[in-house]
Formats: sequence, structure tokens, C-alpha cells
Amino acid sequence: MRDVAVVGFAQRQMKDFDGSPSMAELLVPILAECYEQTGWTKKDVGFWCSGSSDYLAGRSFSFVSAIDAIGVLPPVNESHVEMDAAWALYEAWVKIQTGEVDTALVFGFGKASAGVLRRTLTLQLDPYTMTPLWPDTVSLAALQARLGLDAGLWDEAALAEVVNRSLTDAEKNEYAVRAGGSSVDELLARPMFADPLRKHDCAPVTDGAAAIVLAAGDRAREARERPAWITGLAHSSDGLHLGTRDLTISGSAERAAAAVGGTAGVQVAELHAPFSHQELVLRSALGLGDDVRISPSGGALAANPMFSAGAIRIGEAAKRIWDGSAEKVLGHATSGPALQQNLVCVMEAQQNGRAK
Amino acid sequence: MSRTLQAPVTVAFDYTRSTGPVIGRFLTGLRDATIVGGRLSDGRVAVPPPEFDPVGHQAVTEFVELPDTGTVTSWTWVSEPVAGQPSQSPFAFALITIDGADTPWLHAIEADSPGDIETGMKVRAKWAEERTGSVTDLVFVPDDTVAETRDASAPAAGDAEQVGRIVTPVSLDYHYAASPEESSFFRGLAEGRILGQRCPKCQKVYVPPRGACPTDGVPTAEEVELSQVGTVTTFCIVNVPFLGQRIKPPYVSAYVLLDGADIALQHLILEIPAEEVRMGMRVKAVWKPRDEWGTSIENISHFAPTGEPDADFDSYKHHL
Repeated sequence: MRDVAVVGFAQRQMKDFDGSPSMAELLVPILAECYEQTGWTKKDVGFWCSGSSDYLAGRSFSFVSAIDAIGVLPPVNESHVEMDAAWALYEAWVKIQTGEVDTALVFGFGKASAGVLRRTLTLQLDPYTMTPLWPDTVSLAALQARLGLDAGLWDEAALAEVVNRSLTDAEKNEYAVRAGGSSVDELLARPMFADPLRKHDCAPVTDGAAAIVLAAGDRAREARERPAWITGLAHSSDGLHLGTRDLTISGSAERAAAAVGGTAGVQVAELHAPFSHQELVLRSALGLGDDVRISPSGGALAANPMFSAGAIRIGEAAKRIWDGSAEKVLGHATSGPALQQNLVCVMEAQQNGRAK
Repeated sequence: MSRTLQAPVTVAFDYTRSTGPVIGRFLTGLRDATIVGGRLSDGRVAVPPPEFDPVGHQAVTEFVELPDTGTVTSWTWVSEPVAGQPSQSPFAFALITIDGADTPWLHAIEADSPGDIETGMKVRAKWAEERTGSVTDLVFVPDDTVAETRDASAPAAGDAEQVGRIVTPVSLDYHYAASPEESSFFRGLAEGRILGQRCPKCQKVYVPPRGACPTDGVPTAEEVELSQVGTVTTFCIVNVPFLGQRIKPPYVSAYVLLDGADIALQHLILEIPAEEVRMGMRVKAVWKPRDEWGTSIENISHFAPTGEPDADFDSYKHHL
């Protein structure tokens, strides 16, 4: 395997993006930031991969318009996934492993505020037995939350504690669209939105975009003094039907964690948990103990831009390696209803256990 | 004035899907007011029946007819329903384990308030009078609120055929925004002007303007007002009728390279027989009456020949 590291990361997150859903004008400064961080130009990027969805944009081929932001004459080596950019990162990592390229830039973007997000996401469900009922994502997460409440796996106070910690941490994140801790009692006094979930248990609808730069070996060391070496990267998916999954656990997150050799030694984990109870499911599935610092960025409850929030978790975790505040971190991304698909990216200061 | 022009837009499509033998069996059951489960490899009964076993992945072939009653395994109260959901006033989505089944089914429960729903309560299907073979053929209600609604009569002979396909209408509403650059283009059209933007790096002029130069990836900042006269670079004669067509075929849709622009604009060529339109022909914008203008490319009705001599191929060969 080639040693590949995260060496660049830029993001924008906001409540309402005043611009077109193909977001080229938002991506231009994000890509410029990546060039500045690495000292590269677009000619240094061997492979490009983006994550977005036309259903979110409300127009066709929005990802083609978005690549205007790259400048693609002469043509570039480019691909796209209709998933969070964390999966675009996975594709780029595989591309680097093949030896065809040494560097890659991945990005994701989405203007969720253009439509009714919880309704748009119904189109990711089984079109025969689910979509005709238009089961919105918030309702599906609420069904999952109640299963755990009824089973005694968590209580409402535990959910409020997740929210309180997230929104307190979010006060230090300039991109948070929801921030400000209060107290468990105050949070529990607020009204229900999708009983048993309150609005603060659900990630805010967020517009945004993000980019991550990957590089192999010496290219990584040239681009950044302390690269975040990817020592484990895996993703897994659960089935389509909610009824045949145990929603109080996450089999796919467990399998992804097992595939990267477990999470022992991880100091900071940025978890993509768009609903408060899902953080508890993920901590358990990923085997993260009480000594692991969870989502110091504030996580998805502070801002959750579709198609980039997962990649942002990887970028936020990588920053802890870059700044020397951690030796081993984890970035996690989810997609699909009720944690159906999960991706785990473990990054370390040490290159596969070897001294630098 | 807001930075961008915005307008509501609805994107809709009716998806027609074939059901296959397993989902077809399930939906046929619903049409006939019967809930059908499938037996999994471990002996459990799943509703809806999955096409393939979630563990062993073999095809599901054994079906079980079940009663139309069940138990609430989980529920949530939809306080603000969205379009298309089973009710437009608040209701419950629930995971319901049908009596005789082992896995819960996502469906809706009609009730007056969340106080009427609890985990473990019994519910019963309330069937629609006219059923098509869809999960929308029924909704659940607390078991004590209605008598059985299933009609005992066997389905009519003509209905005995299995449901082979379904139509799922999808309609999504957006608040669509043009980019700031596109917005200035449309605002220019409202003043009778055609605006483009120049890339600061390669000096190319794009119309309509875009957020970034597709060659250089830098913002195209400088605004350029373009001539209303240009050259047909390429064209096609539309002979095929299609939904939403506004002009009777045959007519010509062409790329017009406005003088001073580096990218052609697509528009109609009229006031000339279709067979006489040619590459290199010089044309000018013909605007609708001013009182019909909006922030739209439709302010320009079409392009018409100027009568000038045709442009040399060399003058537009790099813009094809």
C-alpha cells in the first residue's frame, strides 16, 4: 500500500447561500485556499473527485457546472459520486493506490436550503415500499431514537448532553450555523419537533462546500510539515429496509471500524452524527471510550452541509494532526437514512507506525 | 436588491417501475387488502418481503398472508408534515410489527395527538376503498377506533392479475437562484442589453457569464456589454415535436457568436426559411415589445438575418 496523507482542507458553511446551487462561485475561493496551503497549482492535482446531487440542486448536471471552478482546459482527470465527499475521498485514495496519480483534490457541495431537505432525502429510500409515503429523514431518525429510549440504551438527558457539548464546542467554530450551549434542563424544556426529538437534536439545514487534498509519500511531505497519514480507510453499508436492520446499533459502522483494525489509541474522533442519539450509536459501534474527545468542531449538530459534512469531519480531524495536538485521530462520515452507510478514516502523525 | 435573482421551480416526474415477483406479490396483496410477508432463511417473516434475504442473500420465494393488525414497535409524531405524506395534518410515522411477522414495517398511523400513540399499542389497517397496489392503499389506526374495513369480497376476475408495475409520482419544489453573474445577465436583458464577462487571465468573454472561467478556474469579474449582432457558428433544424414546444417545426436552433464574445449563445433563427440558414450567416437580435420584457432570455424573440455578407470561416472556426 502507498502511504497517503491529508495535506489540505478548506470549508464554507452557512445557513443560506445567496447563489446558484452549482456553487462554482463558492468553490473558487475554497480551491484557492487549498492551493495556498499546499503551494500547488491545479497542474499539481493528479485527480479530482466531487460529491453532490442534482436532487439537492434542483437542476441537472450541477456537478458539471461546478467543475468550472477547477478550470478544465486542458481537460483534467475527474470523477464524481452522488455521496458525501468523504466517499469521493475514498475513490481518490483508491486512485492513488493504483499508482496512476500521486495527488488528488476532492470536494463536495450542496445548497440544501433550495428545497425542503428532509423531503428531498426521501428519494434515497426504497422507491417501492417507502418513497410513496414520503417518510422524511427526521421522522426516520426519530423512530431510531425511540427504539433506543424504549430499550433503555439511552435517555433524553443523554441526548441533551450530546447537544449541549456540541453547541458549546461550536461557539469556537466560525462556520457553525447553530451554536451556544445552555444546560440539559433548559434543552429538555424545549418543545418536541419529531417526538422524541427536539429541533436541537436534529442537524440544522446547512448550505456549504468543502475540499480536501490528498498526496502520497514525498508529495505529502513537500506539501505539509506534519501530514495526517491515512492509516485506515474503510466504508460499509447496511440494507435498504429499516425493518430488517437493528436500528439501535450500526452494523456498517462496526464493520468499517473492524476493517481499519479498530480504533485503539484514537485521541480525537470527529463523528458525522446528524441526530444526537446517532452519536451514541456511533461511539458504541466504533468502540470509542470515554477518553476520546468527540467532535471538538461542534460536529453535525452545529452545521451539516449535505455532501460535504462527512468530508469536513475528516478535515477537522486532520487539523489536529497538523497542529500537533493529537497523534491519532478519526474522521467519520455517514450517508443514507438512520446511519445506513458509514465511512471511517483513521489518520496518524506517524506514517504507518514508522518514524517520520 | 438581493444579490441574486430567484424564482420558485418545481421538478416533477412520474417514475414507472416494474415490480418483479416479490414486490409484485406484496403490492398485489395490498390491492386485495391483504398484507403479505416473505419468509427469510432463518425462518423469520418480513413485511415488506425483501427480494433477497438480508443475511444469506438468496431469493425470497415463500410468502405468508398475514392479518391486517399489528403492534407499534416505534413511533414518532410528525408535527409539521411535508407534501405527499399520508396526512397533511399531524400524524405518526411508526414501525409496525404485523401480527405473525418478525420484522417491523414503516407506515403511518392516523391519530389526533401524540398522546394517543404509545409503543406496544395495537393498530389495525384502514384500507382505502379504491386500491391500486401501493403502500398508500392503507393507513393504520389505533385498533379500538375502527371496525374491520377489509372487504371480504374476492377481487374481481379482471383484477386477479398480479401487480406488475407501479407509477410513483415525484415532485420537488425548489427556490432556485441564479448565480450573481447569471443574475446580472438577466438584469441586463431587462434593460435591453446583453452582458458578458471577461476572464482576467485568458481575456475570453463568456456570455452568459459564469461564476468562474472554465479554462482558468478564476472568477470572471469584468462586465462587458456585447453587440446584438453576431454570426451563426452551427445550427440544427428541429423537425421533432416534443412536450412544451412553442414553435411549429421545422425551425432552426442555432449557436450565435455575438461580436466581441468568445462563446456562442443558443437561440432561434427566424424570418428566413429553415433550409436557407447556414454557418457564417450574420444575424441580429430581434427583441419583443418592451412591455413584454422580464428578466429573461425570452426578451429576445429570436435572431434574424442582417443581410450582410457571410462571415469567413476563419473568423469563427475557433468557436465551434
